[in-house]
Amino acid sequence: MTEIKLKTPLTLADLKKLKTGDNVLLSGVIYTARDKAHAKLLSEKTMPAWLKGAIIYYCGPTPPPPGAVTGSLGPTTSGRMDKFTPQMLSKSGIIATIGKGGRADAVKTAMRGRAVYFAATGGAGALLAQTVKKFECIMYPELGAEAVYKLEVENMPLTVALDLKGKDIYRRDK
Amino acid sequence: MREISAEKITAAVAALCARAAVNLPPDTLACFKKCKAAEASPAKKIFEIYEANAQAAACKKIPLCQDTGTAVIFLEIGRGVRVDGDIYAAINKGVKEGYTKNYLRVSIVDDPVFERKNTGDNTPAVIHTKIVKRDKIKIILLPKGGGAENMSRLKMLTPADGVQGVKDFVLETVKLADANPCPPVVVGVGIGGGFDGCAELAKRALIRPLGKKNKNKNYAALEAELLKLVNKLGIGPQGFGGRTTALAVHIEYAPCHMASMPVAVNIGCHSHRRAEAVL
Repeated sequence: MTEIKLKTPLTLADLKKLKTGDNVLLSGVIYTARDKAHAKLLSEKTMPAWLKGAIIYYCGPTPPPPGAVTGSLGPTTSGRMDKFTPQMLSKSGIIATIGKGGRADAVKTAMRGRAVYFAATGGAGALLAQTVKKFECIMYPELGAEAVYKLEVENMPLTVALDLKGKDIYRRDK
Repeated sequence: MREISAEKITAAVAALCARAAVNLPPDTLACFKKCKAAEASPAKKIFEIYEANAQAAACKKIPLCQDTGTAVIFLEIGRGVRVDGDIYAAINKGVKEGYTKNYLRVSIVDDPVFERKNTGDNTPAVIHTKIVKRDKIKIILLPKGGGAENMSRLKMLTPADGVQGVKDFVLETVKLADANPCPPVVVGVGIGGGFDGCAELAKRALIRPLGKKNKNKNYAALEAELLKLVNKLGIGPQGFGGRTTALAVHIEYAPCHMASMPVAVNIGCHSHRRAEAVL
């Protein structure tokens, strides 16, 4: 199985090379945000600059034990963020999201041609933690696991679940 | 009358929280091995990832999954036991210690609709109590992740719906859940008992060791048939397709009103964590 190595920041040209089902090893910077962080970010008067071209990881990590970079940090169900995603795309200019499970049609339409969606292995948080080199809370620390964390990852294994053309890995009938 | 101290219960619960979050039980691992053998790529590879994850969690002592769950506790109190203190307070203290001291994620919010403020220590636990014979206390912890819990459903079927109605509802529930609950799932089905009762039965069905059949042969046959039908859905590990959509289907049943046939389906994820202690 071939794996495509990607390094952030990703450009539209990088995304164009990706096809649904491709296995990717991602290195660089990604940011966590889940339910509460999405609601809060969208209620901000101005979007934080780091969001432009960013990769959002739907994840609420366990606290890092002493001496460890991070705790367990696998993906959460992306579908819960579907209500926010079209707005996030238009307001912030994010370029990719990482999570698990299918996306709503409205999200697929909003993503087409401008962002991709990667699946990380749900329930493999201990393994995914091994790919994290730096872990830092940058926004909303009061939200605990739901805060925004900046992660530096190295060879994080992902699968392209929705490419720029909108081909969906979860539509197994097509 | 045996006396058991509240401190002992607290310590046991704290240890269960730590153990369940990090160590996948042998029946779950054995089930991975068996299912992996029947799969081809990409499903086979995903089972390998699950196994590697279990190894990484156990070695590094970090949780298998970031969602360390609601602490669902099945408590059996023997009639010959006297607890010195408040058993529910002791259990919640154990959950608090277990989650905060072992760096598990605290995921419980106090008010479901308005405030949604995290309680900070993963309490309160959800506790199901049974008074039984014996002079012991049995505590089974089922850390229940939110992603799979969200995919669970309940329906008040009527007698005319029959066994076909049960099958249709179970299949529909797993199909709607699709990739969201981290398949392959464990399907807990509760039938009978009323609106409240069937939901508890469905959750109780999840604590039965994988591979153990229902004692009643009709229900055992229904479990086997449902597992086949669920696996024919082709959702597969992570929803990427495959032969294994469920690791097991377990049914628990109870008497019910002659007008009703309530069915609840509680979905569990592949990281099927449980731990138990007998005091």
